[in-house]
Amino acid sequence: METSSPSRPGDSVIEVTDLHRHYGSGATGYHAVRGVDLTVGRGELFALLGTNGAGKTSTMELIEGLAAPSGGTVRVLGHDPHRERAAVRPRIGIMLQEGGFPGDLTAAETGRVWAGMTSGARPVEEALELVGLAHRRDVRVKQLSGGERRRLDLAMALLGRPEVLFLDEPSTGLDPEARAAVWRLVRELRAQGTTVLLTTHYLEEAEELADRLAIMHGGRVVTAGTVAEVIAGRPSRIAFELPEFTGVSLPLLTTAEVTADGRRVIVQTTDLQRTLHDLLGWAHRHGIALGALDARSASLEEAFLAIASKAAHQAPSAPAAPARTARRRLIGSAR
Amino acid sequence: MTTAATATTGPQGTVTGPRSTTARRLLALGRAEATLLLRNRTALFTALLLPLLLLLTLRSTLAQQAEGNPGLDVDSLLVHGSVGMMLGFVVYYNLTAAYVARRGELVLKRLRTGEARDIEIMLGTAVPSLALGLLMAAVIGTVGSVGLHLTVPVNPLLMLVGLVLVLATMIALAALSSAFTRTVESAGITTLPVMLIIQLGSGLFIPLEVMPAQVADVCRLLPTTPAFQLIRVGWFGTDGSAAATGFAGSWGTAGPHLVTGAIWLGLTVWGAVRYFRWEPRR
Repeated sequence: METSSPSRPGDSVIEVTDLHRHYGSGATGYHAVRGVDLTVGRGELFALLGTNGAGKTSTMELIEGLAAPSGGTVRVLGHDPHRERAAVRPRIGIMLQEGGFPGDLTAAETGRVWAGMTSGARPVEEALELVGLAHRRDVRVKQLSGGERRRLDLAMALLGRPEVLFLDEPSTGLDPEARAAVWRLVRELRAQGTTVLLTTHYLEEAEELADRLAIMHGGRVVTAGTVAEVIAGRPSRIAFELPEFTGVSLPLLTTAEVTADGRRVIVQTTDLQRTLHDLLGWAHRHGIALGALDARSASLEEAFLAIASKAAHQAPSAPAAPARTARRRLIGSAR
Repeated sequence: MTTAATATTGPQGTVTGPRSTTARRLLALGRAEATLLLRNRTALFTALLLPLLLLLTLRSTLAQQAEGNPGLDVDSLLVHGSVGMMLGFVVYYNLTAAYVARRGELVLKRLRTGEARDIEIMLGTAVPSLALGLLMAAVIGTVGSVGLHLTVPVNPLLMLVGLVLVLATMIALAALSSAFTRTVESAGITTLPVMLIIQLGSGLFIPLEVMPAQVADVCRLLPTTPAFQLIRVGWFGTDGSAAATGFAGSWGTAGPHLVTGAIWLGLTVWGAVRYFRWEPRR
């Protein structure tokens, strides 16, 4: 099966070069993806992060081959996923952002339809078992909870034992327990060698699962790398509240930036241990109790917020409208 | 991967299904769609009972027209008209609603993420509508011709060509109509123009030979008329414009209908490909 493509272990499974996607044309058109480059290696778990309307789903759909790009190239397992759909689809599994299963079929019946559409499908029971839905097999899809529907969607994506798995916000709408179960499952699949590309809103999801990640904003990849690379150089943060009257001014904290809002103080530092030591020593000497004291290392969340707001200032020309409002076609208007 | 037709056991003791083929995909989709039709009372009622009610109207309309046209073969027209209307309701109307419903539930979009090709998704969804329509048409056709002592079809091949043309044109028209239909509820309105063309303009409710000549000429050019007339010519050897002929002569009578029918099939398929929507407008 792999004779036609140069897929030695470690080779890139997904290659995206200068990808563009326009919706519509002229004044009503919208440029949702503006020159994205990505490479995902075999067995790697890659997370695509971004604010709403950043272009994550638009990019995913092009990599999945659901639409042809307006510019640039996509290669999945060495093939063009849109034009050479027949070569790619049997080897990948896709989970969209929203279901797409008829409400009046049961979970097991839905599985049977998909098994008929999937080469080398696992038994339906096994797929439902994987996502913890075996006990709900005879329940109609419309009676499943939102989280259960997400898991059914995941089960269908896993039906063909795909080499590459695309997950568009897989844990949205799941309760914490179900989310942990899905994370466990995704980690297991990755351990078995499945390549995974996922989009998510949850930064801790990317932090938990991803080997590498990219943060998108305004249709572009703003930063990419491992979690450590992305947060490298980002400041740690100390927050606390001063009592009403201290009678002394704050100490001079080196390598730190202090902002105060009333009694609430936030310190950003590149040397957390030293700054914290200075601060605590000062408080101890003056007998000051620091209320609601909180100190944390740089996190992906802070990096993400900083990058998103910085990028927003740098690229005011990028319209913030979400892609879906622009996803109209000019023809066949039924309104 | 295995190409065997049954499930096999893989190296790690894992069970792996057969390769997905066009036939398996059509079967899987058709089966799901049939289950959905049986579970949807409204759709089932529209597909089964409504056309039967219309048949009663058809009989009295034709009997009335026969009073002014002594030569009209009411029995033949009744069976032909019934078969045609059955197909119109069960295939065209029902399928339009099915496409709209599956699009609204994002089922069509989800199916496109799998191995099925676009045409397979469209035909798979149509399987139960086609099967039900053909079954009902066969029952009415057989019971009608035996009960009313109709002639044996003059040219069965031509009937088959007509039938395939009717079904293909109706699937394309259903796909096209679904593009202009937002909800299943509004399908009743958006399908009205085509339903009127099928019933009144294709020589089913009102035979073409009863119409004024100019009106009949226009009706002969409507999308579904040629296909229905091919069935009539194949069955009775005439489309009402001339005396009945035999097997050889029926090809001559069918000629113009074959040409216009093929043109309409091309146009409707082009329109369906151009305008069909795989996901709802947001």
